[in-house]
Amino acid sequence: MIKTVVSVGLPVDERLQIRKSTIAPKDLTGGEKRICIVTGTHGDELEGQYVCYELIHRLNSQPEHLKGIVDVYPALNPLGIDSITRGIPAFDLDMNRIFPGSEDGQVQEQIANRIVKDLSGADLCIDIHASNIFLREIPQVRVSEMTAENLLPYAKRLNVDYVWIHAAATVLESTLAHTMNMAGVPTLVVEMGVGMRITLDYGNQLIDGIFCLMKDLGIWDGPVITPKEPIISSDGQVGFINANRPGIFIPKVEHWMHIKKGEVIGEILNPLEGKVEETLYAPFDGMVFTLREYPIVNSGSLIARVLGGEF
Amino acid sequence: MRKELIFRMENTYRDALNIYGYHFGIGEKSTCIVGALRGNEVQQMYICSQLVRALRDLEKHGNLVANNEILVIPSVNHSAMNIGKRFWPVDNTDINRMFPGYDQGETTQRIAAGLFEVVQQYNYGIQFASFYMRGNFVPHVRMMETGYENASLANLFGLPYVVLRKPRPVDTLTLNYNWQIWNTNAFSVYTNATDQIDEASARQAVAAVLRFLTRMGVIRYNSHAGFIATTIHEEELMNVRSNEAGIFRRKVEPGEEIHMGEIMADIIDPCEGEVLSSIAAPTDGIVFFAHSQPLVMENAVLFRIIRRLHE
Repeated sequence: MIKTVVSVGLPVDERLQIRKSTIAPKDLTGGEKRICIVTGTHGDELEGQYVCYELIHRLNSQPEHLKGIVDVYPALNPLGIDSITRGIPAFDLDMNRIFPGSEDGQVQEQIANRIVKDLSGADLCIDIHASNIFLREIPQVRVSEMTAENLLPYAKRLNVDYVWIHAAATVLESTLAHTMNMAGVPTLVVEMGVGMRITLDYGNQLIDGIFCLMKDLGIWDGPVITPKEPIISSDGQVGFINANRPGIFIPKVEHWMHIKKGEVIGEILNPLEGKVEETLYAPFDGMVFTLREYPIVNSGSLIARVLGGEF
Repeated sequence: MRKELIFRMENTYRDALNIYGYHFGIGEKSTCIVGALRGNEVQQMYICSQLVRALRDLEKHGNLVANNEILVIPSVNHSAMNIGKRFWPVDNTDINRMFPGYDQGETTQRIAAGLFEVVQQYNYGIQFASFYMRGNFVPHVRMMETGYENASLANLFGLPYVVLRKPRPVDTLTLNYNWQIWNTNAFSVYTNATDQIDEASARQAVAAVLRFLTRMGVIRYNSHAGFIATTIHEEELMNVRSNEAGIFRRKVEPGEEIHMGEIMADIIDPCEGEVLSSIAAPTDGIVFFAHSQPLVMENAVLFRIIRRLHE
């Protein structure tokens, strides 16, 4: 069943509508668990779109195994997705920096608040992101140190390659995930793939993991895979490689590839002068879990993140 | 006057970003004034340009008080300004959400770090800013309530209002917030324009800064005493919303006194021209903020009113 979570009038003959699809067993007892799959907060992150489609498709093809409620929200920022805009069009702040929102605030803050209210009471929420147009990410769950103890048991079952436990930051207190976690809804942030693209393999991998979690919660009693054991890291083992020169970046390594300390990650080239502006090296032995996808770089542009260690 | 290059970032496809500072006087680092951190803050840059002109004249005539140094940085993000964008051209990030910056981080973190290293050395920091809600304000001085703010100093600008804002997580990366945290008395000055030049409010802003510098014993200048400011807390402002979407026809201006029941604006059907809704004032008071775009969404904040205040 399709439900409208938010509906706000736009100036000329149109409404901004945030919709969700609720998939539930025919006969409800009232004691069902509920999982929410949300995505499309950033209009340039599309990996979650396929996940939403395929998840609903699989659920509908085996309704006899569904024992709980699955709410799927494909587009929290529908106008952003439609216009290839990362943020909410004509609004300055990143949508994932205005939660929990407020009924007293601007329209966008009201919208954020209504989303939070609609998600409230769920037993689990999965917020699917797709990096941005600049960087490609392996399928991973990101949790802050503060929420790690509570969220790790869920994250390990989601069939991702990697769980990144990162330091808490004040600014991240205004994300949807932080808001929901503080409100008692365990919420996992998934990052995978790259902006403006859909990576089917990653999507299918994540969907398998979502079914594992749904089985754990008693929402699904059909067959599931055995989820892969993710690598779990804290901030201390992650190295950031940033450009120090502008130009075009050409990678010399593959994404999710093992590298040795001092190995060349890539070069920044000058297309006018035909020279190499900068060569970037691995800071230690490890695995490249983030790799620049968009070639044009400024000084400071993130090129790669390396997870230190032997894998 | 001494013009100094305070930050430079090279580029492949266009000229380097050069951020210039204009120094007046020598001695203790007294006051730093920052203009356009965003590419559409033309009014903010213009005000700084007029301050540079005025300070140059004051210096020439020996009217800077000994052992005081003033720094003015009219424009930071002219890479965006020159191409009609508000945020950083490549990744659309906001330099004013990157403080205190990180010199090994992403591009706009590096710009913020380069700037902050210089501006944090001053006792007083004045920023000409624009707000995330687009519209017109009554000229005012805005401060974050960090616990370090000094509202009585803000009074010395002689502008009609001083506004105190409780910082939200997203505010913790602004220049104003970080200035305060790093022991600079920080003030954000808002006039009633951003993308357009408003001569009257620009003159008022220049006069306000010169008045402040005179009262702090930094310059010798004879100016009108200005206003004894009314201090308001942002959460006390009353929002007036649109109950329809359409064309916005404003009937009152920022600074005007309004009475309960008075019609403040009409919302008009964008195709048929009929008045869909007349927006009545919910209280007596002074209009502090007014929406300025010709179109409005449903539920948008059209006005913010200082309740029960009279001219």
